[in-house]
Amino acid sequence: MYKYDDYDHAIVQARVAQFRGQTERYLAGALSDDEFRPLRLQNGLYIQRHGPMLRLAVPYGLLSAAQLRRFADIARRYDRGYGHFTTRHNLQLNWVKLPEVPAILAELAQEELHAIQTSGNCIRNVTTDHFAGVAADEIADPRPWAEILRQWSTFNPEFAYLPRKFKVAISGATEDRAAIQVHDLGLQVAKNEAGEFGFKVYAGGGLGRTPLLGQVVREFLPWQHLLSYTEALVRVFNRYGRRDNAYKARIKILVKALGREEFARQVEEEWAHLQDGPSTLTQAEVDRVSRQFAAPAYETLAEDDLCHLAHLREDKAFARWVERNVQKHKVAGYAAVTLSLKKPGAAPGDASAEQMEAAADLAERYSFGEIRVSHEQNLILADVPQRELYTVWHRAKAAGLASPTVGLIQDLITCPGGDFCGLANARSLPIAAAIQERFEDLDYQHDIGEFELNISGCMNSCGHHHLGAIGILGVDKNGEEWYQVTLGGRQGNAARIGEVIGRSFAAAEVPDVIERLIAAYLAHRHADERFIDTLDRIGEEPFRNAAYPHPHQSRRVANG
Amino acid sequence: MAKKQIIKERRLQDDAWKVVTLVDGEAPFDVCLPVGPLLVPVSVWKAKKACLIHREYEHGTPLGIWLAPEDDVAEIAADLDDFTVIAVYFPKFTDGRGYSTARLLRERHGYDGELRAFGDIGRDQVFFLNRVGFDAFVIGEGKSAEDALAAFDDFPESYQGNAVQPLPLFRRRAA
Repeated sequence: MYKYDDYDHAIVQARVAQFRGQTERYLAGALSDDEFRPLRLQNGLYIQRHGPMLRLAVPYGLLSAAQLRRFADIARRYDRGYGHFTTRHNLQLNWVKLPEVPAILAELAQEELHAIQTSGNCIRNVTTDHFAGVAADEIADPRPWAEILRQWSTFNPEFAYLPRKFKVAISGATEDRAAIQVHDLGLQVAKNEAGEFGFKVYAGGGLGRTPLLGQVVREFLPWQHLLSYTEALVRVFNRYGRRDNAYKARIKILVKALGREEFARQVEEEWAHLQDGPSTLTQAEVDRVSRQFAAPAYETLAEDDLCHLAHLREDKAFARWVERNVQKHKVAGYAAVTLSLKKPGAAPGDASAEQMEAAADLAERYSFGEIRVSHEQNLILADVPQRELYTVWHRAKAAGLASPTVGLIQDLITCPGGDFCGLANARSLPIAAAIQERFEDLDYQHDIGEFELNISGCMNSCGHHHLGAIGILGVDKNGEEWYQVTLGGRQGNAARIGEVIGRSFAAAEVPDVIERLIAAYLAHRHADERFIDTLDRIGEEPFRNAAYPHPHQSRRVANG
Repeated sequence: MAKKQIIKERRLQDDAWKVVTLVDGEAPFDVCLPVGPLLVPVSVWKAKKACLIHREYEHGTPLGIWLAPEDDVAEIAADLDDFTVIAVYFPKFTDGRGYSTARLLRERHGYDGELRAFGDIGRDQVFFLNRVGFDAFVIGEGKSAEDALAAFDDFPESYQGNAVQPLPLFRRRAA
């Protein structure tokens, strides 16, 4: 993974000193709340229900074992011994104290960690595929490009005060596992007809109040121009994005208002002036960064390990875990393991300090010392020899990291919701817990099969509810928590925004509604059909009837 | 009354420039021009170009213009030689359009005169403002200009090419 040189260290250290000064001036009354807010947000610091929440950056989801241990240590000493991994790879601490934040940042910096631009109206953490570098369908490793973008976007002086936040995701594989079409800027690694390497560029995707898929603004961008073109695109946004209404300030609204072609034309016009300028990437720089993501020293192994095959035959629970939590690897004899953070009884995405340390230990012993965070809020050991899987499973189980439910309904995605977040309209975690409890039976879960269920506590959509086969959105009705259900969302290459099924439900109704929707799916599905396939084939009506057994209760609402 | 001060060449200096603004409903041509060096809005520049140039040539009064966040640099691109100072107004420090304005003036249109930022700016904006090409800073009311002097050294390096160091870090890094 990328190792800091003296420049990187100096820049992050300078940020620690800068933020220490800002915090001191705020606490001394020299900076007002309004002046301090944008500054602290650009350092990931929110003021939440219980006090400050600090969002720590995990650039493109990659951590060393030492870094994860540092997170554990910080969580234990400055917080309540746990943290929450988000849908954008980051780690949130919910109980930090403002005067201690500079000290936390100083300790993080020693391990090449920081909270730079994890919030605020700036370019945020670049996210990517959690199987980068090991997926069989990879065209090229997206991580060097994500690192190049990280550096370009870090303290970019022109773009510190954008109309709204700006999120970039990059995928290097043929199957998109980075949700690039719901990002402000989505980059898909591609090759043109001449075999040259570059990117297909999507812009204007996003969830929130106005969910939209990104549009293709450039079919092929040669790699040399990644930074200059991105600069042109963000400049068009900075100059012309709306600033009068925070809900209409994302780039998606600008792209929609101008239309794809006109937006793309304006970017091209801007780019014509920047093209071939100093920010044009050099082969030397790409090589320098790429070397740091070189494949680890894999052993030469047989495709299948005989002991592993024996364990699969003899231990049904292990086989079930392998079926769900172990992914194919491009190197023979290796596998990618998902350590589940979806243990019933704990908030999805939460990890205790002990779990972080256990994951760090596993990474160090069995996976070249690296861990990834997935946008599904799990941890990944990307390079585990097949022969070690049985041991890894036992140890993961002991640490509560082996729920054999990756991709199943229990592997649901959720934001922290009203229990923690100051923006939320409703709580997410009790809904998640009630659904996980309802579907706790493993046979039932496996029978239902692959299922994406997403929960957001408000329209900001941090739980990506629009992308769930079933999505649940917390809404506020006269001070009460209600939950709206969407159907038919999906991520990946055929990304689609789910649609609202009807009037919202009280919290206590939600597990029943979900169960009836799933019963309708099980009743109608053909073999090997996923929920969304059945929905596509038979339409929404049978599902609406299941959700609202008493017809007068059903009422169409537009985004309401 | 204390003299107006501005940060230039990384120190506080007295400043004689006046900012001309239109009051509600006032036509740009009708605006009264006070004596001394002036920063006029784009509309006044367009309406009174001849008069303003005359003022400069006949009386030696330096001329400047100020741009609002929404003003398009391209509209004055042909006139840049006429200005001793170009100022960019920040009504709120969170409105970042002026940062793009500065880069366009410096990099696209080759403006090399004084480029000043004024409005709601303070210590925490000066470093980035300097990096996009501003070389003069009128610190907002109620904020400490002395404090802001320290901001030039907030970061020892920048990844991106900028007005202070045109080459991005990756072109200067040892392989």
